[in-house]
Amino acid sequence: MNIIVCIKQVQDPDIPPRDFKVDEEKMEVLSPANVSPVISTFDENAIEEAIALKEVHGGKITVVTVGSESCKDSLKKCLAMGCDDAILLNDDCFEDSDAFGIARILAAAIEKIGEFDIIMCGRLSSDWSFGSTGLALAEALGLPSVGQLQKITVEGDELICERGLEDGVEVVKVKTPCLLTVSNEINNPRLPSVKGILMASRKQLPIWKSTDIEIDESKIGSSANTLELTKLYQPVFTGNCEFIEDESLEEAAKKLALRLREDKII
Amino acid sequence: MSKDVLILAESVEDKLALISSELLGIGRKLADDLGGDLIAVILGSEGTKELSKGLISLGADKVIVGESDIFDGYTNSFYLEGIDAAVRESSPHTFLVANTSVGRDIAPRIAFRHNASYAHDCTELSYEDEKLCAIRPVWGGSAISHVKSKTENLSIASLRPKALPMADIIEGRTGDLVELNISIESGETLMSFLEAKKVQSEGVRLEDAEIVVSGGRGLGGAENFSHLEKLGKVLKAAVGASRAAVDAGWVPTQMQVGQTGKIVSPNLYIAVGISGAMQHMVGAGPSKNIVAINTDADAPIFQRARYGIVGDYKKVLPALTEKFEELLQS
Ligand SMILES: Cc1cc2nc3c(=O)[nH]c(=O)nc-3n(C[C@H](O)[C@H](O)[C@H](O)COP(=O)(O)OP(=O)(O)OC[C@H]3O[C@@H](n4cnc5c(N)ncnc54)[C@H](O)[C@@H]3O)c2cc1C
Ligand SMILES: Nc1ncnc2c1ncn2[C@@H]1O[C@H](COP(=O)(O)O)[C@@H](O)[C@H]1O
Repeated sequence: MNIIVCIKQVQDPDIPPRDFKVDEEKMEVLSPANVSPVISTFDENAIEEAIALKEVHGGKITVVTVGSESCKDSLKKCLAMGCDDAILLNDDCFEDSDAFGIARILAAAIEKIGEFDIIMCGRLSSDWSFGSTGLALAEALGLPSVGQLQKITVEGDELICERGLEDGVEVVKVKTPCLLTVSNEINNPRLPSVKGILMASRKQLPIWKSTDIEIDESKIGSSANTLELTKLYQPVFTGNCEFIEDESLEEAAKKLALRLREDKII
Repeated sequence: MSKDVLILAESVEDKLALISSELLGIGRKLADDLGGDLIAVILGSEGTKELSKGLISLGADKVIVGESDIFDGYTNSFYLEGIDAAVRESSPHTFLVANTSVGRDIAPRIAFRHNASYAHDCTELSYEDEKLCAIRPVWGGSAISHVKSKTENLSIASLRPKALPMADIIEGRTGDLVELNISIESGETLMSFLEAKKVQSEGVRLEDAEIVVSGGRGLGGAENFSHLEKLGKVLKAAVGASRAAVDAGWVPTQMQVGQTGKIVSPNLYIAVGISGAMQHMVGAGPSKNIVAINTDADAPIFQRARYGIVGDYKKVLPALTEKFEELLQS
């Protein structure tokens, strides 16, 4: 079973809210100093699931990402967790592509990689949350897709997939090759082992440029984007919380209940 | 270019989903702005046609119905072809879906296929020079983006639930009903629907609840959710959770409130042991009154709360529950 996982490296979403800053003029999110970027949360679940499938069914896992040189760190982490190969897609003309542009670059890279049974993406990226790269990639490659995957069982060349719904799950059967977008319910990602980290640190990561893949450059980059960002700012919340205090927490609790009653909230 | 607006309507247990009503509300407004028609497409098994009257009374000028066995249970492949057929038939200016498990699974593929723009999880929609403009919270809600479609083709957006008001019902409104021409055979697909496993929530549904009591990592263990359930019972509230509590395996994922969980809009939201991360507040933010119980006075949740108690929930909750019980009995 050969699996390709598409990951995105993002700014750590768990930084304290006060460290999150936007440059409204440039319409950019500023990266805080001394905070290492991370693999986008659902992509880490995708990596874990690919490794778990490989442990049972064998095969090879290739990780790909479109991004800057610094994304090598995240690719190395995937290798350290147990993936076999990692490819960085990096070229000036890839920059500022939207989800559809990224999907086109990934599609071209995957055509070059060749054989695969499953492509995995995250259901949503932690930063810009376009919610569309994975499904657009499926469309670009003409593959069936299952979104928001919570469980997977392999049966020959078919997969039994559980997909999240608002009020439960839905079970569908899909033939490989196919594309899956992964949700966090599926697993808890492992930490890389020390041995894995050592091995990954010795590995050379290939970098593919636009000339290494077959891509129409007019369909990628900011000029091809179908949406234009016109404004970016941080929401303001007027914190005017009234703290209820008393001799003891029990008394404060009673006071709170009374207050909610007075306000006719309950 | 067309001036029509198409929306994807959905049904829940043979009734029109509430979110579809929100789509019709904004869809009507957008169609009027352009001077075009509002068209609704709905797919489902036999009997789905019955919902078209409701769609028309909520503002649709035309309803495209796709009734077929292949739409009995959702599969991406069949719905994609069905909705693609509706998009081609109506060739609208704008196509709106709800950010639901169906809407978000279809719209990106349709958008890519048609070279359309796609704005995900929007909280507001309008036009500027007949181009679709959207407000879209990004970075888990830490930033708000405004985007504008650049295409001469179709513009597509998904609407966040509870962001916009529902359409009003207008009795006696008339409209057309068209049946969708689809020629997909179930044999042709690479995918098939096996079953839906629904999780029945006891009591009030989280999305509909007037009061929600929600627990996070601060509860410290699955067993401690019993404190919340007790409080929930007294208040006739639904019980929710943060993703941290779900990821820890303490509660099922259907209880998750937030960006990737449910959006709730109760009159009262009691957050216990929840720090108030932006991604959580995306779901809890629409609540009218937030009360937070947290040991950390600096927790961001207090910036969104009307009332707060700084302290261990284990001391606060029993007394709170008891007092509520007393007050509600009298
Ligand atoms: C793409 C993405 C999507 C996400 N979607 C969601 C989502 O839909 N919903 C969601 O909730 N999260 C979501 N998250 C995760 C989110 O960022 C936070 O990690 C999560 O909400 C934290 O949950 P928490 O508040 O329970 O845990 P923590 O942040 O760990 O907070 C626990 C709180 O409990 C308090 N506490 C500890 N002990 C006690 C005690 N005895 N009594 C009272 N208080 C106590 C602590 O002071 C602390 O404030 C998402 C993240 C990403 C990146
Ligand atoms: N630059 C990228 N490189 C590789 N994969 C990506 C990239 N951006 C997004 N993806 C994949 O697409 C998923 C959804 O991202 P998005 O469409 O931004 O919500 C992510 O979880 C990744 O799996």
